[in-house]
Amino acid sequence: MLPSKRLCHIGPMPIPAIDGWFVVDDGVAHLLGTRCADCRTVHFPPQTGLCRNPRCSGEDLAETRLSRRGTVWSYTNACYPPPAPFAAAEPYTPVTLAAVELAEEGIVVLGQVKDMTVDDLHVGMELELTSGPLADGPEVWMWGRP
Amino acid sequence: MGQAMSVVVAGAGMHPWGKWGRPFVGYGVAAARAALRDAGLEWTDVQFLVGADTIRNGYPGFVAGATFAQALGWTGARIASCYAACASGAQALDIARTRILAGLCDVALVVGADSTPKGFFTPVGGDRPDDPDWLRFRLLGATNPAYFALYARRRMALYGSTPEDFAAVKVKNALAGSLNPNARYRATVTAEQVLASPMVADPLRLMDICATSDGGAAVVLVSPEYARRRGLDATVRIAAISTVTPSFPNTVLELPCFATDSTAAVPPPERTFRASIAHAAYEEAGLDPADLSFAEVYDLSTALELDWIEDVGLAPPGEADKLLRAGDTALGGRIPINPSGGLASFGEAIPAQALAQVCELTWQLRGTAGARQVVNARAGLAANQGLFGHGSAIIATV
Ligand SMILES: [Zn+2]
Repeated sequence: MLPSKRLCHIGPMPIPAIDGWFVVDDGVAHLLGTRCADCRTVHFPPQTGLCRNPRCSGEDLAETRLSRRGTVWSYTNACYPPPAPFAAAEPYTPVTLAAVELAEEGIVVLGQVKDMTVDDLHVGMELELTSGPLADGPEVWMWGRP
Repeated sequence: MGQAMSVVVAGAGMHPWGKWGRPFVGYGVAAARAALRDAGLEWTDVQFLVGADTIRNGYPGFVAGATFAQALGWTGARIASCYAACASGAQALDIARTRILAGLCDVALVVGADSTPKGFFTPVGGDRPDDPDWLRFRLLGATNPAYFALYARRRMALYGSTPEDFAAVKVKNALAGSLNPNARYRATVTAEQVLASPMVADPLRLMDICATSDGGAAVVLVSPEYARRRGLDATVRIAAISTVTPSFPNTVLELPCFATDSTAAVPPPERTFRASIAHAAYEEAGLDPADLSFAEVYDLSTALELDWIEDVGLAPPGEADKLLRAGDTALGGRIPINPSGGLASFGEAIPAQALAQVCELTWQLRGTAGARQVVNARAGLAANQGLFGHGSAIIATV
């Protein structure tokens, strides 16, 4: 068996802050959802077991990578440090959040925005998925400049 | 719903909202006694008590019905307790109404009260990586105001609402609240003060966002026949209680979710969730938005009041700002919104809030709202939404 590509990384792999919601593959971040084999509904966070479409009895939900680019549905920031269990950086700089609409999946996904402030954003602009660390280390998906 | 299927609001009572720092039970009992006094009934007349739960006050909060019944003194009355986040009061009311309509009791007391910690709501303690309400804080730092701000920014982009419009909502509600002895904030404010308050979640500033409060509210429901027999004030009737859930796919990002439902397979429903909440209430009451004299809507933020005005059908999408600017939604206007002063003047006491809205409906419809009185109030609607998909809309009529 060939060694996984991951073993070729230099340095330790960042630890994901949550298992199974996103993957960083060769430095490229992907959100992981599940898609119903029967009705094609996409679920994020990944849903297992039953499809959420009430008119579908599908139970075959397979992992799928979501589109990496979408348009901003809305955005905001946290001017004050959010409370625990969020780990706020010290000194604190406002966390920027964006809800991004993925056209193919017909879904809006919330995430932190990397290296941008609310002044850099507007509704309808394109963002691309990336990832970045929380202040206490683990990695989370983030929206960033395409 | 015809009159035969309605129940009477015989009494309404509140413990003033504030940051009193005392156990929630005391606020609930004070509100319950006030509502019973208002109805002209005794606690020993009550056959069924429903408590709206609070999740931040230990075990007694999870069994609020029993907690209030024990505090008032065990009488053998049947009880129920329920939790539906901000919609808890509406669900509690619906449970009481249903038992009366089923003929299983004649007199029901519905009570909600909360004692809240300082600052914005944080998740209940402990590591719970399977709980989206914990994860949204852990992974994103997404507080409640962050979600309100997403809606506000979206509204600005879609409809051209401005921070000045949002400030005007606060000015209007603070003026109404200054006339309400149960409100926590009694001072009037200026638009300049709102616009100079610190930014919390862009574009919302501190004075755009409702605080968390202590408070208690209670309502006595009775059957029309019982009201006649005891000679109670039967002016106000509950014409509808809507507790609908969203329809798939819900395309609005709701607290505490990370994403919307997907429209890949099923197109969005005809109405958004918030619009569907009010729609179900109108259907049940056999009324239209045009029949309303006023409305209490859940102004968690100033911007959200504008969304609600459209969601409950009082303005087409994007046109609530016009009503606001014309003074239509102020006291003395064509269709006053939040004549109580709303959450802007109260702050949120979760299990009590929907019941506080019903108290305001009751006093307005009786014509006893004093300086806040809406002229010739005939029908009022109270709308709110609890996280995790809890709808709440109540219509009361004379
Ligand atoms: Zn399906």
